[in-house]
Amino acid sequence: MSKTKCLAMILAGGQGSRLGALTKNIAKPAVPFGGKYRIIDFPLSNCANSGITTVGVLTQYRPLELHTYLGTGNAWDLDQQSGGVFILPPYARDKGADWYKGTADAIYQNLNFIDTVDPDYVLILSGDHIYTMDYAEMLAAHKARKADVTIGVFGVSWEEAPRFGIMNCDTEGRIMEFEEKPAKPKSNLASMGIYIFNREYLDKYLKEDAVLDTSSHDFGKDIIPKMLGDNGCLFSYAFEGYWKDVGTIESLWEANMDLLQDEPPFELSSKWRIYSSNPSLPPHYLSPEAVVKRSMVNEGSMVKGTVEHSVLFSGVRVGKDAKVTDSVVMPFAKIEDGAEVQYAIVAQNCVIKAGAKVIGAPGAISVIPEGTVVAAE
Amino acid sequence: MNSMMGIIRLDGSSAMLKELCEHRPVASLPIAGRYRVIDFALSNMVNAGITNVGILMTEKARSILDHLRSGKDWDLARHREGMYYMPNDSVDGRAPIGNLSGLYNNLDYVQHSSGDYVLVAKADSIYNMDFNKVLEYHQSTGADITFVYQTINGSIPGTSSVLKVADSGLVKDIYKSPNVEAGSDVTMGVYLMAKDTFINLVKTAFERGGTDLLIDGIMRRMDEYTIYAYRHEGYMARINSVEAYYRASMDIRKPEVWEELFMGENVIHTQRKDAVPVQYKETAVVTDSLIANGCEIRGEVENSILFRGVKVAEGAKVKNAILMQHAVIGKDAVIENVICDKDVVVGEGKSLKGADTYPIIVSKGAAI
Repeated sequence: MSKTKCLAMILAGGQGSRLGALTKNIAKPAVPFGGKYRIIDFPLSNCANSGITTVGVLTQYRPLELHTYLGTGNAWDLDQQSGGVFILPPYARDKGADWYKGTADAIYQNLNFIDTVDPDYVLILSGDHIYTMDYAEMLAAHKARKADVTIGVFGVSWEEAPRFGIMNCDTEGRIMEFEEKPAKPKSNLASMGIYIFNREYLDKYLKEDAVLDTSSHDFGKDIIPKMLGDNGCLFSYAFEGYWKDVGTIESLWEANMDLLQDEPPFELSSKWRIYSSNPSLPPHYLSPEAVVKRSMVNEGSMVKGTVEHSVLFSGVRVGKDAKVTDSVVMPFAKIEDGAEVQYAIVAQNCVIKAGAKVIGAPGAISVIPEGTVVAAE
Repeated sequence: MNSMMGIIRLDGSSAMLKELCEHRPVASLPIAGRYRVIDFALSNMVNAGITNVGILMTEKARSILDHLRSGKDWDLARHREGMYYMPNDSVDGRAPIGNLSGLYNNLDYVQHSSGDYVLVAKADSIYNMDFNKVLEYHQSTGADITFVYQTINGSIPGTSSVLKVADSGLVKDIYKSPNVEAGSDVTMGVYLMAKDTFINLVKTAFERGGTDLLIDGIMRRMDEYTIYAYRHEGYMARINSVEAYYRASMDIRKPEVWEELFMGENVIHTQRKDAVPVQYKETAVVTDSLIANGCEIRGEVENSILFRGVKVAEGAKVKNAILMQHAVIGKDAVIENVICDKDVVVGEGKSLKGADTYPIIVSKGAAI
């Protein structure tokens, strides 16, 4: 394998328990988003667009669908002779098998993979955010400041700040202090869970951390505080633009609705293309009775009813006189004639029978788990 | 062994397709919002388990090379076999006439391919069919050559090859007809024969000065072959004139045709693109239309087909139209009975109307 400057490692093993029924059968990064994508398309496309061509994807929880989806990495042009996508599930060693015990442990268990790739820098990403970002610029900043570590930060609102890991920085952006979910935050710069490490520096700290029984083997809780305690040169890299954690039902729904604004806060159709696996489906069809407004509709769908302020994935059917509003309808779900869906997320292959109603409310989005049949009352 | 290899011919008259085929063979004419005409023949072959497809090249083939590339999107980029471009070079300094010389020049490729049968198809038809059924039929009748045909239910413009088929399926006669009436049995340009038969047929016909596979290879030597015909019962449209193209496009919009062609077990593959799902804005009113990904719609669209990345501004009205990739329809513009080729821009307030039966064609890249 030819020398790789920067290796990306995407932490995609999370269960995403706050997404409830949506992650019963699939890992969080595989959750569908935005009419045709899955959450992991965003970090993967960012890598491809940033010129990072070697990407490790660390999987653990219900990996089948995620593994199938990633395939050879072809969708992201990451099926390459040198580099490409490497799927890294936990594996058994001669001294027994271990699950990934934390974010740092997941990387630690794959140090042999990092050694094979032999990069100068390791970029750690998580598989649960929607954003477009040029990692090459972040890497350039990292090099320019001769940092040991650079952490992507995002200015969140002060009310939200206590929910995040907060970075307190000096005027140059050097991180002085890290506080995990502080009750009284001194700054509103939240860690995005995006780290660039000098490879040797990371290697040393991971090995030290691995043997500590007291450690929870987590980047935010253990590794970063230790590095700061040792006076490491840690810089923040401020990201401006759209960045959304889609870890909860409400935030996932909101992020979908964000796409429906007249001028969306971030453009899926910009030059910074989001790649995704593209099944061979025809353009969708709207019948003579169809009414579709303020919505996104994907290929293979057929709409005969009314769709307003909603996101329809591929192969969705909306029957005559059916009404879908303020909702997300995932691939191959059927909304039969006269059915009503509002403030809901209807997962893959569900059937909302003729005349049935699925009505949620803002702040209480109704979720219909994959494959459910909802009959009329 | 029951294996077939495929050959797709790009040749064929495109004169009646006018501006639409000025720069491209009919094979790469965009259709149904995201496809090219060749996708249907090629996908049918792939879906029948054919892993070895020769593309018999023609002039103006740049768009075909750009579309098919390695064949990856049809799963034909393979270590063994896969897709193969058959060049149609000049012979002894003479430019090739017809398709026979191209086939003749590539006979060694056919010879060395592993298939026992050769399935030849033209890239000018819209259909989704199982070629394995044709092979079963071919074997059950013991025919030398099997044609695939359709009994048409309306008259079709343009020259067609008509078959006289006996109840047994035996072909009694083949002739070219400039005007075909309803009830006629018309070939779909798909022939199946054993590899040896094919090689022999091409060799003999070409070496005796022939230029056309059907006329010189088959029609002139009818008495030497036992020819049967297999009837395709599903939807089929041959794209041989602007009218046929327009009619087929409007057919595909019908839910039953759309379902049959695209949503069954055998999918039609095409070049994969990463376009965003269609964005319908507040003022959008869209009915009875096929809309491809990447479109952004603020105006009214009725009874139309929009290809990838078309933008329809607020107040614009699009009716009975086919708008190919990246057309931009300005504010309050009115478009009716129009076929816009790729990259057409219609300015604010402009109006463009064709006759009901005869759509206006706007050439690639035109600004109005």
